[in-house]
Order: sequence, then C-alpha cells, then structure tokens
Amino acid sequence: MKLIDGYTEEMRESIEKVEKTRAERMKKSYPALTMEEREEVLNKYHPDYKPDKKRAVRVGPNKGEVAPHEVVDLLEAYPLITAKDVDLKTIDYDVDLLIIGGGGAGTVAALWANDNGISAENILMATKLRHGDANSMMAQGGIQAADTPEDSPARHYLDVIGGGHFANKPELVEALVKDAPFILKWHEELGVIYDKDENGNYIERPGGGTSRFRLHSAKDYTGMEIMRVIRDEFRNRQIPVLEFTPAVELLKDESGNVAGAVLFNMETEQYYTVRAKATVLATGGFGRLHIQQFPTTNHYGATADGLVMAYRAGAKLRDLDTVQYHPTGAAYPEQIVGLLITEKVRGMGAQPVDKNGDLFVFPMEPRDVEAASFIKRCADGKCVQTPTGMHGIWLDSPMIEEIEGEGAIRKNLDAMYRMYKRFGIDMTKDPILVFPTLHYQNGGVEIDASAQTSIPGLFAGGEVEGGVHGKNRLMGNSLLDYNVFGRRAGISAAQWASKRSKPGKLSLAHVDSFVKELEKAKIPPERRSPMLLPEYRGEKVLARMLDIL
Amino acid sequence: MSKEKENDMKMITVYIMGKAYKVPFGLTIMKAMEYAGYRFIRGSGCRAGFCGACATVYRRKGEYKLRTALACQTTVEDGMYLAQLPFVPSNRKEYDIEELDPKKNVLSEYYPEINRCVSCNTCTKACPQELQVMDYIQASIRGDYKLVTSLSFDCIQCGLCVVRCPAEITHYHVAQLARRLYGKYYSPVPQHLLDRLKEIEEGKFDSEIEELKKMDAKKLEEVYVARDIQKIPRGEVAGE
Ligand SMILES: Cc1cc2nc3c(=O)[nH]c(=O)nc-3n(C[C@H](O)[C@H](O)[C@H](O)COP(=O)(O)OP(=O)(O)OC[C@H]3O[C@@H](n4cnc5c(N)ncnc54)[C@H](O)[C@@H]3O)c2cc1C
Ligand code: SF4
Ligand code: SF4
Ligand code: FES
Repeated sequence: MKLIDGYTEEMRESIEKVEKTRAERMKKSYPALTMEEREEVLNKYHPDYKPDKKRAVRVGPNKGEVAPHEVVDLLEAYPLITAKDVDLKTIDYDVDLLIIGGGGAGTVAALWANDNGISAENILMATKLRHGDANSMMAQGGIQAADTPEDSPARHYLDVIGGGHFANKPELVEALVKDAPFILKWHEELGVIYDKDENGNYIERPGGGTSRFRLHSAKDYTGMEIMRVIRDEFRNRQIPVLEFTPAVELLKDESGNVAGAVLFNMETEQYYTVRAKATVLATGGFGRLHIQQFPTTNHYGATADGLVMAYRAGAKLRDLDTVQYHPTGAAYPEQIVGLLITEKVRGMGAQPVDKNGDLFVFPMEPRDVEAASFIKRCADGKCVQTPTGMHGIWLDSPMIEEIEGEGAIRKNLDAMYRMYKRFGIDMTKDPILVFPTLHYQNGGVEIDASAQTSIPGLFAGGEVEGGVHGKNRLMGNSLLDYNVFGRRAGISAAQWASKRSKPGKLSLAHVDSFVKELEKAKIPPERRSPMLLPEYRGEKVLARMLDIL
Repeated sequence: MSKEKENDMKMITVYIMGKAYKVPFGLTIMKAMEYAGYRFIRGSGCRAGFCGACATVYRRKGEYKLRTALACQTTVEDGMYLAQLPFVPSNRKEYDIEELDPKKNVLSEYYPEINRCVSCNTCTKACPQELQVMDYIQASIRGDYKLVTSLSFDCIQCGLCVVRCPAEITHYHVAQLARRLYGKYYSPVPQHLLDRLKEIEEGKFDSEIEELKKMDAKKLEEVYVARDIQKIPRGEVAGE
C-alpha cells in the first residue's frame, strides 16, 4: 500500500476536499441541535439506545435491571475460585486497610487513610498491573473545579446534574462540587503543576456541557501529572503495594462485613489471603469489555473486576445501563484505533467534517449527541473508509494553527502531535480521522457521600462507583471524582477501621450462595469472572493451545 | 481475524526474544506480540503511550545498533529483534516534600550522581518521548527546577534512559523531584482558589445547593435549561 505522508491515495483525495472548504468553514459555525433534534439523533444512532444490545440481569441485588450484554455476561458468570480452592485459615496479610486498585482513587485513598491515622504498614494496596498503570494516567484534558468569581459550586452542581440527565445522586454531586477547589489546593501542596497564565492564575477552559470555564489542565498530560505526583508521595510514605496481584474475590467475616480479599499473583499463579478491617474498592472502569465491539480508550486492566466482586458480595450497582462513548477516538492508522483524541482538539477550533469536506454538526455538542451525529453521518455514506475497513470523520486539526498561530498544537497538544507523528502523520498539516470509542463507565457500585457502599466494611471511589454522574459524565469530572471519593473512601475507611477489632473467621460463603442463585436461575456455567485480563492473542494460536505445563 | 483477511495480509518476520514469528504488517509491536501468542502480564499498561510499561529494546536485522521504543506506539518492521524491559531496578530516594529546602540544590543532594554525567547524550537518544534528557540532567546539576520541569514534563517514566546511562543516573526520579519542588515552591496557589475555599468554608453556597438538591426534576430541568452559558471565544473550549 502506497502512503503519502501517512495517508493512502484515496484518503489524500478526500483531504484535498477538506482543504478546499477550509477557508469558507473558518468563517462559519454550525447551529447546535434543539432538544428535540438531539433526542432524535440519539434514539436512532447512539449505541446506548439500541435495546437489543442490553439485557436484564437475572440474579443478585440488581435483578431485573438492564445493562449491556458484556456487563451482564460477567455479572452472571461463575466465580474463578470457591471456598474449596483456598485455605482461609492461613492469613498472608493482616492489615487495617486493604486497597484494591492502584490507580488514582486507590492512591488518593491510601494517602488520606494514612493522614487519618492508619500507619503505612497497616495499609496494603493490591493492584493488577504496575502501580499507576491505570486510566488515571491517561487523562489528557483536565479536571473541573469552580474556583473563579464568575463561577460557583452551585453552578457546577447544575452542570453535573443536567449533564447526567438528572439521574445523579444529589448528595454525591454536592460532595463532588464542594470538595473540588479543596482538591486543587491539595494538589498544589503536593507539587502538581497546572497550566497558569503570566499572573499565576489558572488557565481555565470550558468544555461540552459546562456553563463556565472551569477545566484545569497540565498540557495534554493532566492525568499523568496528577497520578505521578500522588504515586511519588505514596512511595515516600512507604505504603506497601503488591503489583500484578489483582483481587479475585472479596472476603467477609461472620457478621457479613467485608473483611479483606483473596489476591492472585499473576506471575507465580499463587493466591494470598488478606484480612482487613476495612476495604476500599478502586478498580476503575470497564472499557476493555469492548461493549458492542467498540474499540476503547481505556488501559489494559479496565475489565470491571470490581463490579463483579462487589456484586457477588451483595453490593448494589446503579446506572450501568448507559455507557460513555467518546466522539473522537482515533480511526486511523490501525495501530492507534480507539485511542483518545482529546476534546481539546475540537475545543481549539478543529471542525469535524465528512469525506467531502462538509461541516455537518456543531462541534461542541454533548458527548453522546456528537458521537451519535458522527455515526449518523457514516450511515449516510459520507464517511471516509480506511484500508482496514474502518469508518471515520475528519477532524480538521490544521485549523488550530490557523486560528491560534503556528506552534499552538505543539504547545497545547503535544501528546496528540507525538502520537500521530510516530505513525507518519503531521496533524499540524493534515487532518486526522476519528470515530466514537468506548470511554467511560458512567455507573457502578452505589455509594453514599462518605463513599460507603451498601455493604459494611466496603468503601469505593473512582470509576468503579456510580451515582455521581448519573447517566452521563461531563468532561473533567472523573479525575475530580477519583480525588473526591478516593479521599472520602480513605477517610471513612480509616475511621471505620480505628473503631474495630480484627475481623473474625474469613469466609467465601457469599460466593457459594451466589453460585446457588446462578444455578437456580438455570444459568449454565459457561463463563467465569472476574476477567482480570482481556484476551488479545491470535486466534490461530489459541486454537492450538495445550494446557499441560 | 478472519481467514480471508489473514490471507490478504502481508506478513513479516519478527524475532521475539530471538524466536522467529510471522506477524501481519502494520501492527504495533505490542499487538504483533499478542498476535504471535504472547499474553502480557508485564509490559502492557495504558496501551496508548502514557504509562511507560512497554519499554522495548530492539535491533534491526543487519544492524549493530540497539534501539529503543514503546511497544504500544511503534509499528513492527520486518527483521526486528525484540525484547521488553519488564522492570527497571532504579534507585529512588525517599523524601518529605514538606521538609526540603528549595533554595538549595536538593537534586544534587539527593542524587549526587548527576554530577557524574559525561554528556554523552545517550539518554536523549534513548528517550521514546524525544525529550532533551541530557539537557534536563545538566539543568539539574545547576538546580534549575524550572528548566528541568519544562524539559521533562512529558516524561512517562519508562526507564529507557536509565538503563542506557553510563553514569548510573536515574533521570526520571531526578526530574520527578524537580517538578514537585517547582510545583510546590515556585508556582504559588492562585488567590482566586484561596478566596473560593474561604467562601466554601463560610458556607456561602450551602443554601443554594441545598435548594437545588431538594428541587423536583421538572423544576431542576427548567433551571438547568435557563442557566446562562459563558460565551466561548474561539479556541477556548477544552475537554478530555
Ligand atoms: C484516555 C482517557 C482520557 C481521560 N481523560 C479524562 C480527563 O481529561 N478528565 C477526566 O476527568 N477524566 C478523564 N478520563 C477518565 C478518568 O481518567 C478515569 O475515569 C479515572 O482516572 C478513573 O480513576 P480510578 O482510580 O477510578 O481508575 P483507574 O485509574 O483505572 O485505576 C484502577 C486501577 O485498578 C486496577 N485494577 C483493576 N482490576 C483490579 C483487580 N481485580 N484487583 C486489583 N486492581 C485492579 C487497574 O489495573 C487500575 O490500576 C479519561 C480516561 C481515559 C481512559
Ligand atoms: S526521560 Fe527517560 S524515563 Fe522519561 S520518557 Fe524519556 S527515556 Fe523514558
Ligand atoms: S546518558 Fe547519562 S552520562 Fe550520558 S548524557 Fe545522559 S545523563 Fe549524562
Ligand atoms: S503500554 Fe503504556 S506506554 Fe505503552
């Protein structure tokens, strides 16, 4: 295949059309849709609005409620281990606090538990990959906080709850918006570097669904900047962490409180038992389930393990019927399909245009509406086809340099520039091809404002929990979420643990009864969960695999 | 991948830790290894160039030069000899950020080995982010936190510089310390943030939020739709 500066000849022909319409388009915008028009495009084209892609779960606390098939498949799966497989009398780690998941929420929880009286050696973090290999590391755009005189936490509240289709849990939204400025101050004290202007004030930008400028960023490496600082602080405090050792099941004590977990060392394939007075669940989201076969922006370990474990332990879940698709995932080249193209690219002026170079949508509709509009345009046959059969919409990135001046892309979007350049595309000169990608788990384990789940002893923060964002999260509120509720989970868990003596006998009885429920519902034992790692090995290899070593 | 598709694909040969495998042209190193049957436990994190889990050392057939790359961000080439770095046992110093004296050169104090830099530029050549790594080490020697911060800001802490450095310097830990010092001591908290914190503490927004919390869905929707939206000048919208 012949490529000219990264693109095929057919794609080049389309790019020429994009260039031809650019000067005209620069002068214009496209009208935003009315509420009714939004509804229509969502109903017809948004992946969430297809009833056949979801089903009701047949067992457990949310019995009868619908979720995507891929999620229900895991909730209705049989466990990886049962009481017979493990010796729960021998305790490998005996701690006050177990933190499951080493992303942002888990790290924040550990720091705040430590600040609230739990000594480092009485905390244990168990995580699936390395500490920090997590969605938190990947966030590009920024974090919201209402901290300017024109803005207020009440306004932030309104934006969050409107964005969430008014389905959010009010007390959680309140906590989110009221803690936000405090979180920024905490970050400042730790040494997180946010973009500031020449007077030392934050550079704040608006985004889809926000009525004020309140997005704080660190170039397009915001998530990485926060994550590496809090991880550095965690390391300074010498809090123990087990890497490549995911939790596979929660444990309970005789009174039904969560009292630790069974961990699995993926490298040696042995298990460990952890007894803990309090447990924080911070396992993040589910992008790697590839719902409706969408590619994803998420990290390798985003496989919904926390949902599954909590569900078996009896925790209530909520808002799992909606999934966030980000309108702009990379659609080309093949190597980066699905990876996130930050909203900031559109925000800085790049318009989405079709194969003829026509602008067909207001560039800053809410995420779900923008995504549905892209899908519609493709259904209308106006998309660009890639050599591997993907469809895509052009994001006319060279416009950014025309609007903001030469160098604007390298200054503000260096991660994006670098990614494309690695594959031979110069986004300052040529447009880039995008299509919606699976981005975020809107719902999750239900918590209250103190980050307590419906089961005593179990706390949750970050993407694994639900209720904060209702049916749809706004940009920049998820980094905020993991900080606010990671912190609250850490503090609440510390308080809980300090009031309690060691849990008694550890048990997996809740897993046994869940299995009985599955059997009663006549669900065949075809699947097992948690998934731990997605399967990406070649089919030919898998077909010839022997389990003999 | 379907059979037909596979037959259409141009296949190339790569050597994963010395063993030859045929893989389709055009995959990343990471996806090519998976295609060949490797299931990552180590070596795969974000899969998008942000975490540094997939640091890879390779050599092209017929060359002597060892090259470095991120497996998730690099296309496989015919004849590549590939090995991944599962872990970098680099020296990291513990410190209490509150106790440090930013007026001194803390970097030199904690990591005196930076003074042994021989300016060979190997670290810069090894960096998959194409950062000016040697320059930020030189700036560290001078205690120039600001320059270290700007030169190292995009560091994904993959460790490739560290394993190549003849002077045993742990670049990314030095840079992390410099950035935290700069962020904490040389980039003050904006006054508007402090003002807001005071207002929140005084309960300034409590009644308004309480009212919103109690509002029934219909009224809430009305208030939401009616809220004024700050005008967006060109090029000022952001987002994820
Ligand atoms: C590409 C991208 C860009 C984004 N941009 C933004 C943005 O600009 N602004 C914003 O607000 N939000 C953004 N988000 C969303 C936000 O980053 C995440 O929602 C948030 O960081 C989640 O934090 P977390 O700690 O809950 O989960 P994570 O950071 O994903 O951490 C969860 C951790 O738990 C581990 N884990 C999983 N299962 C187990 C198990 N069984 N046992 C032990 N450990 C386990 C995971 O491997 C991971 O390390 C973005 C997300 C992505 C993917
Ligand atoms: S500076 Fe070193 S650790 Fe950082 S990205 Fe470059 S090679 Fe990796
Ligand atoms: S590799 Fe080491 S010695 Fe060489 S320039 Fe870099 S820091 Fe200095
Ligand atoms: S897997 Fe994170 S940088 Fe490659």
